[in-house]
Amino acid sequence: MSGGFRLAAGGRIDRSRPLRFTFDGRSFRGFAGDTLASALIAEGVHLVGRSFKYHRPRGIVSAGADEPNALVGVGADEAHYTPNLRATQVELHDGLVAESQNRWPSLSFDVGAVNDLAAPLLPAGFYYKTFMWPQRAWTSFYEPKIRAAAGLGRAPGAADADRYTQHFAHCEVLVIGSGPAGLAAALAAAETGVRVILCDEQPEFGGSLLAEREAVIDGLPAADWAAAAVAELETRDNVTLLTRTTAFGYFPHNLIGLAERVTDHLGVRDPRLPRERLWQVRAAEVVIAAGAIERPIVFPENDRPGVMLADAARTYSNRYAAKPGERAVVFTAGDAGYRAALDLAAAGVTIAAIADLRPAATGALPARARAAGIDVRTATTVTGTRGRLRVSQAHLAAIKPDGSVGAAEAVPCDLVLMAGGATPSVHLFSQSRGKLGWNEALKAYVPESSVERERSAGACRGVYELGAVLADGYDKGSAAAKAAGATTAAASRSFAAKALDAGSDGFIGAAPHGRNPAFAKAFVDWQNDVTAKDIKLATREGFRSIEHIKRYTTTGMATDQGKTSNMNALGIVSDALKTPVTAIGLTTFRMPYTPTTFGIFAGHSRGALFDPVRTTPIHGWAAEQGAAFEDVSLWKRAHYFPHAGEDMHAAVARECLAVRRSVGIFDASTLGKIEVVGPDAAEFMNRMYTNAWAKLGVGRLRYGVMLREDGFVTDDGVVGRLAEDRFHVTTTTGGAPRVLQMMEDYLQTEWPDLDVWLTSTTEQWAVIAVQGPNARKVLEPLVEGIDLSPAALPHMSAATGTICGVPTRLFRVSFTGELGFEVNVPADLGRVVWEAIFAAGAPYGITPYGTETMHVLRAEKGYIIVGQETDGTATPDDVGLGWAVGKAKKDFVGKRSLARASMSAPGRKQLVGLLTQDPQVVLEEGAQIVADPAAPVPMPMVGHVTSSYASAVVGRSIALAMVKGGRARIGETLYVPMPGGTIPVTVTEPVFYDPKGERLDG
Amino acid sequence: MADLSASRASAVASHVAAAPKVAVADLGALPPRTRFVFRGREAAITAAGPAFGVALPREACRFAEAGDRRVLWLGPDEWLLTAPEGAGAAIVADLAAALAGLPHSLVDVSHRSLGIAVSGAMAARVINNGCPLDLGLEAFPVGMATRTVFGKAEIVLVRTAEMRFEIDVWRSFADYVWRFLEEARREFA
Repeated sequence: MSGGFRLAAGGRIDRSRPLRFTFDGRSFRGFAGDTLASALIAEGVHLVGRSFKYHRPRGIVSAGADEPNALVGVGADEAHYTPNLRATQVELHDGLVAESQNRWPSLSFDVGAVNDLAAPLLPAGFYYKTFMWPQRAWTSFYEPKIRAAAGLGRAPGAADADRYTQHFAHCEVLVIGSGPAGLAAALAAAETGVRVILCDEQPEFGGSLLAEREAVIDGLPAADWAAAAVAELETRDNVTLLTRTTAFGYFPHNLIGLAERVTDHLGVRDPRLPRERLWQVRAAEVVIAAGAIERPIVFPENDRPGVMLADAARTYSNRYAAKPGERAVVFTAGDAGYRAALDLAAAGVTIAAIADLRPAATGALPARARAAGIDVRTATTVTGTRGRLRVSQAHLAAIKPDGSVGAAEAVPCDLVLMAGGATPSVHLFSQSRGKLGWNEALKAYVPESSVERERSAGACRGVYELGAVLADGYDKGSAAAKAAGATTAAASRSFAAKALDAGSDGFIGAAPHGRNPAFAKAFVDWQNDVTAKDIKLATREGFRSIEHIKRYTTTGMATDQGKTSNMNALGIVSDALKTPVTAIGLTTFRMPYTPTTFGIFAGHSRGALFDPVRTTPIHGWAAEQGAAFEDVSLWKRAHYFPHAGEDMHAAVARECLAVRRSVGIFDASTLGKIEVVGPDAAEFMNRMYTNAWAKLGVGRLRYGVMLREDGFVTDDGVVGRLAEDRFHVTTTTGGAPRVLQMMEDYLQTEWPDLDVWLTSTTEQWAVIAVQGPNARKVLEPLVEGIDLSPAALPHMSAATGTICGVPTRLFRVSFTGELGFEVNVPADLGRVVWEAIFAAGAPYGITPYGTETMHVLRAEKGYIIVGQETDGTATPDDVGLGWAVGKAKKDFVGKRSLARASMSAPGRKQLVGLLTQDPQVVLEEGAQIVADPAAPVPMPMVGHVTSSYASAVVGRSIALAMVKGGRARIGETLYVPMPGGTIPVTVTEPVFYDPKGERLDG
Repeated sequence: MADLSASRASAVASHVAAAPKVAVADLGALPPRTRFVFRGREAAITAAGPAFGVALPREACRFAEAGDRRVLWLGPDEWLLTAPEGAGAAIVADLAAALAGLPHSLVDVSHRSLGIAVSGAMAARVINNGCPLDLGLEAFPVGMATRTVFGKAEIVLVRTAEMRFEIDVWRSFADYVWRFLEEARREFA
């Protein structure tokens, strides 16, 4: 077919810009301004998909977001492929590649269509009823098979090549929708000078005005008026205009999610632009001008290609110059069907008949239709259609005064239009938790009372007449601006509108057809293949609430969330149960309004921006040395420094021995650091830590233990007293933010009287640990003003001075058991000082070591790591730190809890060492320990392994463990059952090397 | 032994070197500055201003400047004092003299963070890619300074002119923040 349905003139397409695209591999033509759907219709193509369950041929039903059938996959390659896009919303561009879904081997011949013949076996809830036995088959057979058969579309096979960005915005008035109500609202709000954002999901502002043929506003054709209004808005600095932008979610406190499609409509994309942009708009006031959706009519075989909504047909003809057919039957429940018939007749479509469900049609539009010679039949229904891949007949029958249906007459046609009345789009209002009320005259739910600061205008609240819509929009825009604090009022503008009013008549439920209901497939939900029969079955099986009926039949649960189906489903249930619609309830409208990509929610958070990667000032040096890194919270820490040919085990063994025999250098910059300053600093430290601080001399260090209020160890670290009123506190790497927050919390809420303040200095200092018997020799030539001699700087003391001319806080401290120093220097100078120390250490074979070696060295000495030996249930005594608790202290955080009987009960897990009987066996960290490996399963467990390494200096494996009553078990044999066999272990003291601590002095 | 104290290495040096020129959303690293966190009781707060040379702003989320010194209000009892590099020793001495006996805390954090300037017509728009605050001139006027977030990082955001912002960010988050800013301004390049 070659564009045979493109009208010779008219429409808003740009005939100077022809475009080529493919659908299922076939090449077609269209114009700029087309959607994929309008271009296909202009090419005479209505068949675009197969239905979900029965694989029935399906055509284009709508012209917008409500489309249930025309779901397509779009994308030239897998990295740019998006499934389940509505063809009615896909903007055409040159080279667009689209494919139909849910069919095999082809759209016109689909094997899955056998499901249609098997329909009697597939009633509502069939999978609940059918796939029950045997139970085990559900997970192994039924569910995988159903899932494979059921999905719509397919996931792309490659990573998404596009970029997505996110943007936060604020405005006083957000107007959602740019039909007559939205434009008028934006004009009013803009005049007041407040910040206004106007968004619309379409590529062009104007909404329904773009599809008007006759309407005139202020003397201009409707579309021209819209263009003039937009031009006026464009001149204002206070207005942001967003086309191709769907307001998909209304979140608490007037936060609205907008999805802007930035480049999908471009054949050649600017690589600087993101594909989509998420707008998170915080609006003082919102005007919802979302319009209304036309309801289809539920009648048998209403799903054949060529059966579409009347207003959609009008849109294709008027806006896109695409004639949806040659010969149309219009099935209507109000005057809107006549308006569509007149517009299509003007475009050259023959109107075979108008079947009107109402007993009489007396308005201006029916009068014009009759005057035009159209066959108007009132009290008439459509009882069915014929045609395989396109409708070819509609069967019209009279509805008798008693409600029965007369004999049907077959009317040949290639187009059946449905005009069931308007359903206000209350999705966003409902998402805002506003309360809906049933309007019997409109047969519709409309906004009743607000929760958020929003107001609805125009058709989305049941106002349909053009003049009234414009006035309502202007009024709401003006009121919104005022409520948002506008200091100038909007001018009182009025709009002279001339348009044929289609009124508000409509119908909900299923139209009468007089056929055997068991064999009539009258579709309610096209996308999920739910018929009137399915819903009636659900009511017969006892379902009463629409929430239950929805889930049982799946009506309204497809990607369109029942935009076209929900009201008719309610009508059918109401009719079946003889209960008013309001008594059946209403399902909840959920975000997103239309499906939204994952990419837009991920936004920038991909690749290098997924999470901040924190690196130390010395990171670059370690990377250049070929260090392997490990993640410690957000930090990258050097894990070990392998030489060529070394694995981790070999590298760590070498690094450990280097520290023990000569000297090693270690980047400890990630340690948390807090400077505690003020006259009450010592008192504050006394209250926060278990240790006694008052008597700690200036220039001295102490190992501090911090408990939570429940008495369990939460953090530890070395603390230096730099002055009477100044402490340099270190914390664990991962615990730094938590400890500062806990300290600040106590200070602000419990002890606001203390004159002491906290400042995080974690990132102020690079920390270079120099450890090993030669550490002093390496540092001595580099420092000025600091005497490193054992007498001047004994273990656990601090000095200030300079190193290589750089001011330093130099601590004599050891986490290895060797003579050790930690050199604190300002961060930006960390690397040059590190390199200077490294160079000075060359004669001693100074060896850089990573966190793995650090862990082994401290385990050889039995030093714990909070979070490894402790698990939030360990007291200081449990982990051998009872000595660090100031028994004479009046109070400290956790002190009272430590006095509870259970905290000193026998049988608590205690820190011990474990030695495997086979020295080559390295236990697995986390492994459970039992006393009797022959005990029946589940065996009573007596503890678990917390740390386990191969120790080069000890010459065998070592492990730390928390074991019930562990200290009393020293010398006993316990067992570690593992999948490969039970490993016997001997309980030991938790110190494996230099138990007397003689090496601390070098 | 060589004096290395002048050999500072910026955490964003490699980014600065590679940054394209984007007139409407320019990025630049600010020169290193001396920074102190000052906290204290009322008497010290009052006395600190004259000693530093800039009165400590008492209005929330504002900064004050005099000459080349600046004070940012960060909390009811917390200010960030900044001055050109090298002024640290004098500041410590001046405040120690003026605040003797007045409870307060003064901590050097010169190396804790670094400054990035974002300027141009799209500066606010670029920052709003990761910062949820209203950066309209009415809500965030020139002279405002606040702690906030940028993506997943905490920053201090300062508006020095209608179209110029300064971001103060902890050293280890600077790489992330710079990359994020580059990504955000890419569409304006």
